Amino acid sequence: MCLGIPAQIVEILDPEAKTAKADIGGVRRIVSCALLEGEAQLGEWVLVHVGFALDRIDEEQANETLQLLSDMGEAYERELAGIRASAGESSKGAA
Amino acid sequence: MKYVDEFRSGELARALASELEQAMPPGRELAIMEVCGGHTHAIYKHGIDELLPRGLELVHGPGCPVCVIPVGRVDDAVSLALEPNVIFTTFGDMMRVPGSKGSLLDARSRGADVRMVYSPLDALELARANPERELIFFAIGFETTAPSTAVTLLQARDEAISNFSVFCNHVTIGPPLRAILDAPELRLDGLIAPGHVSAVIGSRPYEFIASEYGRPVVVAGFEPLDILQSVLMLVRQLAAGRAEVENQYTRVVRENGNPRALEAIEQTMELRDSFEWRGLGSIPRSGLRLRDEFAGWDAERRYKVPGLSVPDHKACQCGQVLRGLVKPWECKVFGTACTPERPIGTCMVSAEGACAAYYNYGRNRPTRRDKIQA
Repeated sequence: MCLGIPAQIVEILDPEAKTAKADIGGVRRIVSCALLEGEAQLGEWVLVHVGFALDRIDEEQANETLQLLSDMGEAYERELAGIRASAGESSKGAA
Repeated sequence: MKYVDEFRSGELARALASELEQAMPPGRELAIMEVCGGHTHAIYKHGIDELLPRGLELVHGPGCPVCVIPVGRVDDAVSLALEPNVIFTTFGDMMRVPGSKGSLLDARSRGADVRMVYSPLDALELARANPERELIFFAIGFETTAPSTAVTLLQARDEAISNFSVFCNHVTIGPPLRAILDAPELRLDGLIAPGHVSAVIGSRPYEFIASEYGRPVVVAGFEPLDILQSVLMLVRQLAAGRAEVENQYTRVVRENGNPRALEAIEQTMELRDSFEWRGLGSIPRSGLRLRDEFAGWDAERRYKVPGLSVPDHKACQCGQVLRGLVKPWECKVFGTACTPERPIGTCMVSAEGACAAYYNYGRNRPTRRDKIQA
């Protein structure tokens, strides 16, 4: 649960509500960017924890972390399964 | 072991392991606590413990959000889930934690509407989509997760969503570390501090460990090399007789943390006088509750919860595992009566729990190193 997963911002949804769509290990879901300093930018990499972008990270580091996370197996898979299960529901509403 | 072999092939890992060997102060036995369950998981997955020099032991800490929730709070959650017209939402791992009258999963089979969510935002969305129902979100976690609950509460207030409430079990990382350092049974030489909690609170809140307890601290990332490098930084401090807070995870963690996240917590939550932890008992000013301004969104004020302190299952040694006193495989029910499929204690439920990490990576008996040390 404490895993932060690198994700790339692929769509800015509502700048006022600070929501964006992020690609998290191949799953797209709405994330909140309310904890980031300034506005989220398209293409930016962030560390996502329970649906919130906790901080910005650089791309190279994001890719390295993703590789290591996928090597981590179960914990990462569980996290992704949670995101996948939630992605359908949340994409209906908040936008 | 497969993972070790893969990992050993890494040139950097080998180099770090050999540097570590040389950095060890001769003739000393060192015990270093990895506070975070995410670190515990990575250590056993990658076999980092088997790369460490003789005389250096890693001890698991209490940093597993699911693990530290005591039986009484699980019972409260079950009672809330059984309230009429309630949709009770929780992170997946929490569903399977046994309470004294069963788990949330058992409550679901008895008719409660318990649903797994990935984010508190999903719980809020369910409240929007089901205005005729009452939504409760089971909030757990350290400072990593508390800001997410906080922002969700601010959003519920701004949108005047009144059928949403939070059962708040957020905790802070400093007080349990103090409790562990104060305990006479365990001698720790240094601590590896959690990376993502520190992304929120920064590295400064660990200063007391260096200044008051004279123990070095290194804030670490989650990759195997991060952990190995952090151990090396700690050993170097110990060999040189230094006790400082160092930050290995500079790419994410800043000294002052994330001010927006801290501000969101501050706006919505305040410290409780005391909070009960599994294994550590009641610790003053260690848990968070909602501020009075958010009473309307506080499940503990909107519903009657039992609020009892309930002892752990007699056979369960999670408490000692969380305090670093017992290795998972030393617990009598480990891998027999208690497995990830039928867990007795929280440490076997969560992927970040030490018992689950040991079990899942085939450590259901002592490793070569453990035997040597025993």
